[in-house]
Amino acid sequence: MPEGDRKIRVLVAKPGLDGHDRGAKVIASAFRDAGFEVIYTGLHQTPEMIVSAAVQEDVDVVAMSVLSGAHMTLFPRVMELLEEAGAEDVLLTGGGIIPEEDMRALQERGVGRLFGPGTATREAVAYIKEWAAGRRERGG
Amino acid sequence: MSGERPAEGGRAAPEGLGLENRALLERFQAGKKMGLARAISLVENEHPGFQAFLHAVLTTPRFGNRVGLTGPPGAGKSTLVAALSRAYRERGEEVAVVAVDPTSPYSGGALLGDRIRMNDLTTDAGIFIRSMASRGSLGGLATTTKEVLDLMDAFGFPWVLVETVGVGQTELEITGAADTVVVILVPESGDAIQAMKAGLMEIADIFVVNKADRPGADRLVKDLQLAIHLKEGSALRDVPAHHGVDLRRVGVLASARARSTKGDEPEGWEIPVLKTVAQTGEGVPALMEAVARHRSFLEATGGLEERRKARAAGRVRDVVQRELRRAAWSSHKVQQILEAGVDDIAAASETPYSLAEEILVALLGPGWRRPGVTGDGGGA
Ligand SMILES: Nc1nc2c(ncn2[C@@H]2O[C@H](COP(=O)(O)OP(=O)(O)O)[C@@H](O)[C@H]2O)c(=O)[nH]1
Ligand SMILES: [Mg+2]
Repeated sequence: MPEGDRKIRVLVAKPGLDGHDRGAKVIASAFRDAGFEVIYTGLHQTPEMIVSAAVQEDVDVVAMSVLSGAHMTLFPRVMELLEEAGAEDVLLTGGGIIPEEDMRALQERGVGRLFGPGTATREAVAYIKEWAAGRRERGG
Repeated sequence: MSGERPAEGGRAAPEGLGLENRALLERFQAGKKMGLARAISLVENEHPGFQAFLHAVLTTPRFGNRVGLTGPPGAGKSTLVAALSRAYRERGEEVAVVAVDPTSPYSGGALLGDRIRMNDLTTDAGIFIRSMASRGSLGGLATTTKEVLDLMDAFGFPWVLVETVGVGQTELEITGAADTVVVILVPESGDAIQAMKAGLMEIADIFVVNKADRPGADRLVKDLQLAIHLKEGSALRDVPAHHGVDLRRVGVLASARARSTKGDEPEGWEIPVLKTVAQTGEGVPALMEAVARHRSFLEATGGLEERRKARAAGRVRDVVQRELRRAAWSSHKVQQILEAGVDDIAAASETPYSLAEEILVALLGPGWRRPGVTGDGGGA
């Protein structure tokens, strides 16, 4: 692999107790097809598990699928733990059933773009690629 | 690995560490997991300075046990890695894991799902798990997996477990990466003849028949035992026609045998065949015991040293190859020769062989000449 051409590594995580991970799997496959290296950890992830895995895997991006309605606690908690771990340069993004004003509030706290349930996966792919390119330019 | 460093051209000398990597080295040596994680990325991506980083890290002695787990997809490699890790953790021993999954040849992306089986271990401070994509490398490991194992070992993990891709064909790379190779089969994965054909007898130090809760496990165990004895040429002597073999007894007898005269690998290790149910942890203590016994065997016979020397030699070869490749394709001179020469190949006044020779002479000096291509100075 040529020097400087780093693969984008993404942790796709499904926190919470709800029992469906079809959405997360679809996203994970779409990310793989976009050339990302996707670490998929399955269901029932706690914020602590997500951040431990993100650190060990040295991912660039954590993408969480939150359908349980607990996004206002989960996203800030993961954000906080990432910062504690010294991984504040990781992009936290995701999707789920999240009202506009909640999305805005989370983004103000440093969370990246969030995607509603109807969004085409290629939008998320484009967003992550753009973010990664921007980071490379910033020399990160 | 002591002695002088080359005075010049020493890309691998610690002076080659940039400011950033020096800071990373400090975090690594302070035992910070983030330091290990980022060091792995540095090496995996072959980013500038990764050789210097490895050089700096590998000048301390390493004592880790490297155990490789290989076998067909779905055999339960990840589940067994998790069960083994859990068991070592119960003894208070720390474990690092590398799990390799295939890179998609279409997109260059990869779906790395081995952690799914290891979720309960993720937040354990004594565990470090890293997923790696094969990135086009065949043979079961990524090209930099062995170096990642070195990093984990140097970080201080007494157990370093590596799970191969497991795409079906024999994954020979693992023999150069691990002290002990565990080959995992399941009742569904076919009979011992297939295992023999696939060359698994040659790479296995221990056979595990996982999913022993499924029908056919005992049959596969017997099959494998018979195949091992056939290979050892002692089938008629040691195996009663319709009875199982007391492998523990055989193992002890075998390890008392003298060292191989071949010099490369000690003889006398009788490959044990164990049954496990990875999901419940059944059979895992026996597997741990077999791994420890194999380790003692290697230590007692000098095989561990042999394996490590072979590994070191292999690594030097790999590094030289990689650096030669890098030197060749990043050289302007080589680019010029290539660009100028392709037309001559089209015109048949040069061939790929004569042009390659020209490039190699440019790289390695006029003393280099591959016999038989353009003759004794007569060509080119
Ligand atoms: N019945 C049974 N299933 C198992 C056993 N070990 C693993 N599995 C299941 O086999 C599947 C594949 O396991 P995994 O560890 O991912 O296999 P790998 O592809 O070799 O890493 C999973 O659904 C496991 O739960 C076992 O001992 N018995
Ligand atoms: Mg696996």
